[in-house]
Amino acid sequence: MNKKQGISVRTVVAIGIGTAIFFVLMRYIPIPTGVPDTNINLAYGFLALMGAIFGPIAGGLIAFLGHMFNDLTWGEPWWTWIVADGIYGILFGLTRKYLNIENGDLTKRKLVLFNVYQVLIAILVWGIIAPTGDVLVYSEPASKVYLQGITSVICNALSVGILGTILLVAYARTRSKKGGLKKES
Amino acid sequence: MKKPIISFQDVSFQYQSQSEPTLQHLSFDIFPGEKVLIAGASGSGKTTISRLMNGLIPSAYPGKLSGKILINGKSVTDQTIFDLSLRVGTVLQDPDTQFVGLTVAEDIAFALENDGAKQSVLKQKASEWAKRLKIPAILNNHPQEISGGQKQRVSMAGVLVDEGKILLFDEPLASLDPVAGRESIELIDDMQKNGETTTVIIEHRIEDVLYRPVDRLILIDQGRLVANETPDKILKSGILAKLGLREPLYLSALKYAGVDLNQVSNVDSVDKVNLSAQTTQALQQWVKPVSARKQKNDATPILQAKNISFSYDSKQVLNKLNLSLNGGEMVSLVGRNGVGKTTLSNIITGFLRQSAGDLILNGHKINEASIKERADHIGYVLQDPNMMISKNVVSEEVALGLTLRGIAPDEIEKRVNETLKVCGLFEYRHWPISALSFGQKKRVTIAAILVLNPELLILDEPTAGQDWQHYTEMMTFIQNLNRKIGISVIFITHDMHLMMEYTDRVVVLNNGVIAYDDQPMKLFANLDLLKQASLVETSLFTLAQRIDVDPEALIASFINQEKVVQANE
Amino acid sequence: MNNNVLIGYKQRDNFVDRLTGTTKLIGLIALSVIGMVSFDTRFLLVLTICSLALFRLSGIKFREVSFILSFITAFSVLNLIAVYVFGPQYGVHLYGTEHVIWQGVGPYNLTWEQLFYEFNLFLKYIFTVPLALVFLMTTNPSEFSSSLNRIGISYRISYAVSLALRYIPDVQNDYRQISKAQQARGNEISRKGKLTHRVKAAAQILLPLIFTSLDRIETISQAMELRRFGKLKKRSWYAEKPMKRNDFLALLVIALVVLVGIYLFRVNAGRFYDPFR
Repeated sequence: MNKKQGISVRTVVAIGIGTAIFFVLMRYIPIPTGVPDTNINLAYGFLALMGAIFGPIAGGLIAFLGHMFNDLTWGEPWWTWIVADGIYGILFGLTRKYLNIENGDLTKRKLVLFNVYQVLIAILVWGIIAPTGDVLVYSEPASKVYLQGITSVICNALSVGILGTILLVAYARTRSKKGGLKKES
Repeated sequence: MKKPIISFQDVSFQYQSQSEPTLQHLSFDIFPGEKVLIAGASGSGKTTISRLMNGLIPSAYPGKLSGKILINGKSVTDQTIFDLSLRVGTVLQDPDTQFVGLTVAEDIAFALENDGAKQSVLKQKASEWAKRLKIPAILNNHPQEISGGQKQRVSMAGVLVDEGKILLFDEPLASLDPVAGRESIELIDDMQKNGETTTVIIEHRIEDVLYRPVDRLILIDQGRLVANETPDKILKSGILAKLGLREPLYLSALKYAGVDLNQVSNVDSVDKVNLSAQTTQALQQWVKPVSARKQKNDATPILQAKNISFSYDSKQVLNKLNLSLNGGEMVSLVGRNGVGKTTLSNIITGFLRQSAGDLILNGHKINEASIKERADHIGYVLQDPNMMISKNVVSEEVALGLTLRGIAPDEIEKRVNETLKVCGLFEYRHWPISALSFGQKKRVTIAAILVLNPELLILDEPTAGQDWQHYTEMMTFIQNLNRKIGISVIFITHDMHLMMEYTDRVVVLNNGVIAYDDQPMKLFANLDLLKQASLVETSLFTLAQRIDVDPEALIASFINQEKVVQANE
Repeated sequence: MNNNVLIGYKQRDNFVDRLTGTTKLIGLIALSVIGMVSFDTRFLLVLTICSLALFRLSGIKFREVSFILSFITAFSVLNLIAVYVFGPQYGVHLYGTEHVIWQGVGPYNLTWEQLFYEFNLFLKYIFTVPLALVFLMTTNPSEFSSSLNRIGISYRISYAVSLALRYIPDVQNDYRQISKAQQARGNEISRKGKLTHRVKAAAQILLPLIFTSLDRIETISQAMELRRFGKLKKRSWYAEKPMKRNDFLALLVIALVVLVGIYLFRVNAGRFYDPFR
């Protein structure tokens, strides 16, 4: 076989299709929380799955590109949050080795640890990196952007905790060995 | 003697993920300039053969290979998927996944872009091949704007630009309507005649491929080669039906009439098959005159559409359409792709709202009813079962609609079990859906709708992509539902034989209105309408014309006999 | 869900339209970044006026974008109010002076500094809108990935962007069919019910979409390998446009604007232009 140059074709396609889905979820299918202007973004539950399957490069680019396209269609590329999203995606990609989801052995322990991890990275990215970026770059009042940050931490951790977990479990099931099935009367 | 361009020598292959080999000791040669059809029921291993030829094995599907495969005299194991792609051009089954460019021109040029060709070469080749495949007018169109047949032409152009020697088609007819399918087979034939290409077609719709002659037919069953002969010899041997494949209809008719196929020449084409005086007489005697069809007169309509109009992007799709359906009816809804069949069914189910007109269900207007409210009476099953399945286990999936309606658990269990039994899925109730075959999945989606006790079922292409055996199972299943629980069924279909054998009424949609609404048989006499609906007459019709009998009578005799045969099995 | 929201491109045949995607991409990134960093009001005003002028030149009709404009206006106003609520003294803090216009309760008074600061924010919110819309609506999506490749991004990632644009309409269509089919069974994304329930219901709807898409990733990558994607270190692009004189001129102007922006940091001894001293 040829020596691999750069990322695999499968990863390229995963980034393309993943970005398309991330964009559609973010742009068109927000779940209102009841608090004005705050939605649960389903794209993040999806991102958790894509990161776990395809790794950090795919995770990072899906989030970065998907968020960028979304912002562009509103005419407002908010670079600090776009970059933060890219970091979030990379961090999800780092779970690939540990979860080893493509072989289907997703234990309860792994799921619990994954959820601890996802809450931590939500705090890191949406509670610290993104708002700090806004303070430094856009020079907005800290109390405002950190409050926005905390809201995002909660919403995104919820999206990943519920949708992400459901998707991971469902995906792992499709990958598990099919032996031992018997017809029952 | 010529040297083979493709040579399989005692080839066995086992996928890494499977416990049994998919191919076993396969040997055959294909020679330059030949046109070969490789056929087999689903699961026979025919797709694996194509993956071995184009290098997807081992690049995308690892496994254990033994024996030797030579392409152009060189072993495939010494070549990468990229090397092989220059020799073997593959047209995949689903044109939507093969079409990766943003426009037609870009997609045709895709392979050359990857070779780093100059832009002037890209433009020249793209327009040249678009012309040769008769699609120059759509060069700048997006994939969303063109038909399935056009997409397949783009796919063909996209591999022909390599001017490789071998063209490999993986189920080219799977996603096309009959007219587009015929055009595609004609086009493959023209390409074959003009160039020096070798063509390999993998298909289970043998009669449709034989619309244009092929040199050789290779039959695969359970990973083994069972025949490698001219179509004429294989068709005479009558082996197809034993492999779960459909024999050309006109040949089955000849057999039913007691004709010995070994005494007949040119059996591979309905137009050329030699009908001696004796054969003709046998057929004419076999055909029974039609007894007047007993009309089910359940005169109360369950669903009426009155003056329904709908437009999309300022294009009028439906224009004051009227339709009425009676209880217990089985109806085919036909028309060319994009004519509005899906739109009409989406309006009936409430997925879309009509811009004018009324829908009346059991005498009550349902214009304002929600999707969910309508679903208690009207069930809609999408073509692709994977688009409907959202649970992991069969019984959970079937229960979903009831659970969401807040029905008591023991009632749910009772209804789910009943439905599973009706659908022949009860033994699989604890299985993960991912372990089921395509046909079984389809049945799960039907069960998940049936459990809501609808009075009307709309099935979008229920038999698409299935070989004859699975097709027969699916249709028998639906027919039994209709008989047992009296449910009305609308089939959205292109399958002429399905219309004739299983439905009493065909509704043709054209130009936003119902262009025809009557028995299937009478539609075949109306060639103009057939063409508008993108349908083609079956070979039984052609046969009837050749022996000068009433096509309706011949088809009816055929269907009766087929039922007898099925009952005996 | 209109298929053309993102790909609102149509050929308009004017000066902006004829620039290469590369030029427009560099322009969008460079200008939006410098405008994001700078707090020089004069500079931001000029940027805003220029980008509005560009919008006029591009020939985009107002009604094509009116929905987005009204959304952005609402978004900006809400944000500006939030900034005032959370930091009524933030302007005073930034500029170090206090000119009170109206004395309110506690910290909630109104100062020229606060007004001025929020005016800056307002300009920052809106100046990108015409730029981004011009970029989206005058750049041929086919040309976009070749532009990314030209500015140094690997062709694999550039092609991934092209694939995203190719499949967004398909994903939208699939989603529509799938969600309606789920609604028929009683499953929908509603505003009622407990939040966790709503997300779980959404998961049921999304599962078929996501799993059919994962299958699709496999077949598409096979289809691409069968046509030699990834064979070489480079690839050529059917839709690539050559850089012309106007492109270089435009890039020169963009570079000048950015340089002026950076120069103003020195003049102002920081990012802020302060009229109060």
